[in-house]
Amino acid sequence: MLKPAAIVGQVILYGAFAAFIGYFATAPKYRQIADDVALIKLSISHLGDRECRKRTPEELAKLPPNMRAPLDCPRERSDIRLEVDLDGQPAFATVMHPTGLYKDGVSTVYKRFEVKAGSHQVAVRMSDNLTRPGFNFVKEEQINLQPGQVMVIDFNPDRGGIFFK
Amino acid sequence: MNFHEPVRASVRTVFLRVEEAFDAPFGGEDNPFRHLGAMGLYLLWIVVATGIYLYAVLDTGIEAVYRSIGYLSREQWYLGGILRSLHRYAADGFMLVMMLHLVREWCYGRYHGFRLYSWMTGVPLIWLAYVAGIGGYWIVWDQLAQLSATATSELLDWLPIFSEPSARNFLAPDSINDRFFTMLVFVHLGVPLLLILSLWAHVHRISHVDYLPSRRAMLATLAALLVLSLLRPALSNPPADLATVPGELGFDWFILFLHPLTDLSSPAVVWSLLFGATALLFALPLLPHPKAPPAAVVDAANCTGCDRCHADCPFAAISMAPHPLRPTYRLAVVDADLCAGCGICAGSCPSATPFRKRDTLVSGIDMPQQPVQALREQLEGALAGLGGNSRIVVFSCARGADASSLAAVDTAVIPLLCTGMLPPAFVEYALRSGADGVFLSTCRNGGCEFRLGDRWTDARLQGRREPHLRSTVPASRLCLHAAGANDSRTLAAALAEFRARLDALANDDRLPPYLRRASHHA
Repeated sequence: MLKPAAIVGQVILYGAFAAFIGYFATAPKYRQIADDVALIKLSISHLGDRECRKRTPEELAKLPPNMRAPLDCPRERSDIRLEVDLDGQPAFATVMHPTGLYKDGVSTVYKRFEVKAGSHQVAVRMSDNLTRPGFNFVKEEQINLQPGQVMVIDFNPDRGGIFFK
Repeated sequence: MNFHEPVRASVRTVFLRVEEAFDAPFGGEDNPFRHLGAMGLYLLWIVVATGIYLYAVLDTGIEAVYRSIGYLSREQWYLGGILRSLHRYAADGFMLVMMLHLVREWCYGRYHGFRLYSWMTGVPLIWLAYVAGIGGYWIVWDQLAQLSATATSELLDWLPIFSEPSARNFLAPDSINDRFFTMLVFVHLGVPLLLILSLWAHVHRISHVDYLPSRRAMLATLAALLVLSLLRPALSNPPADLATVPGELGFDWFILFLHPLTDLSSPAVVWSLLFGATALLFALPLLPHPKAPPAAVVDAANCTGCDRCHADCPFAAISMAPHPLRPTYRLAVVDADLCAGCGICAGSCPSATPFRKRDTLVSGIDMPQQPVQALREQLEGALAGLGGNSRIVVFSCARGADASSLAAVDTAVIPLLCTGMLPPAFVEYALRSGADGVFLSTCRNGGCEFRLGDRWTDARLQGRREPHLRSTVPASRLCLHAAGANDSRTLAAALAEFRARLDALANDDRLPPYLRRASHHA
């Protein structure tokens, strides 16, 4: 039979256990970004370009009929160059390499920028074929971000290339 | 210079003091600190039981799951809401208890030798527990789930395991579809199942496993969590919206602490910490540690295959095989890698009785470092040198309270590897060979270094386990006292009290003397 002092002690200690669990299960509260900050997520996944050569009629004739593809394309993909400017200042620049042992996979980038909420000038430039000079995809826009808003910079050739959402 | 040992010793001192302090209100049987593994398992069963209900009633789908769990917490608060809260709080408790269990086993040096397997199989459990716990928060798909899912995927993307960043799955509201929840169910059901399977592996090399704590501890823990669930029910945050970053959130620091840590540092730092800590835990057994004690040795000529050592071994180091000399008999076989060198098997052996007439006492299973023959000689020598009114023999556990200072003209102290190694017949032998009383100092209840030494000693002396102490031995001349490493003072007081009791006893309950060398048994 437990003594009264032992019962009181157990109640206190089990109560302390429950209180400890209950407190740290919800507190202290956590805020990932400040009140007046918005988030820009740059996330691009794209297959780099590749230099294809048109086969001559003689080359095609030498191939079996079922393999007469008009273009001879290498398996490897080009690196992709990407630059992001924020309010006229360079914010991020990278060269994305294709994935895969044969460098034939997509090139990807994921980066998040915390910016003050408000109006910002965002410019994104991308080249998916480094053998050619300049950038073949460019998007520049004045955006207005609410506090806590997430804006995504993505790329989809079917949607005209770089887009913001 | 070895920094590990001083740190470990310091933490061990703290742990020991806390355990002993908790013994006061709880007693050894109910003391949660002495049964952290069993407490963890119990909390896990609460998580599983409540999880089965939640799994049965929750709708799957982006909005459906949020709606249905919200319904549980609001409309069905008396059942679903409480079970949801219990599920969460028991999971938090499990994490807490698991980490305490890890620290306790480390500081007591239980990570090498015969405990190596349990240590190594325990380390991956931590990873599984956290994967299951973090995945559980995602299922609700509220803002906390969104924060955790995004942060976890960003953390994972630092590792070169995905061809495309997994964080792309959480870019915008239209990135998520109902198939996401199929994956979540896989994670949150599959990983806990793997965890339970791994727990079986974790304990399967020890015997008489405490799968659950005492009934009183279970009821009290459940009551505490129920009260917590009623006072502070687990509720959802606003629904996830990937177009915005969640604001200030109530945060589960037991399970989700990695996210703030990543925000404060970087994924590289967090992964380095996680992999570094894991590697350190796996490498701990490689650090300098005491040499393994000699393993128990079986003497085939004296082993009858009675199975008692097999039944009593706390670490499943003994198996039974066909006896090479006696057809139809069996023989104990010791796996030296699993043997703790505690001697509990020697204490269980019926052939270890000191009343045997052979000049050299050889038992079926014995400890090379303290054989029963040496123990009998030590006892006989000590008894021959005792004087005074009440001559007492103290058998003490070498890992419990230090009894050496109790030695006196009228008191002989014989330290044992573990009190479980003392065959009960030695008590009667001592009383019939000149001792007025026998005092056994075991470890505190639940504090035995070899898990079961104090339990088996008590059961054998009370006649509840074989080999038992004969009922003709007067209980008044035997004292069993539980004393931890810091209990030297209470041990001395208990011995003084026992001596006073013996002094007051009449001599009519004395056992007839037994003179082994004068006897001429066949």
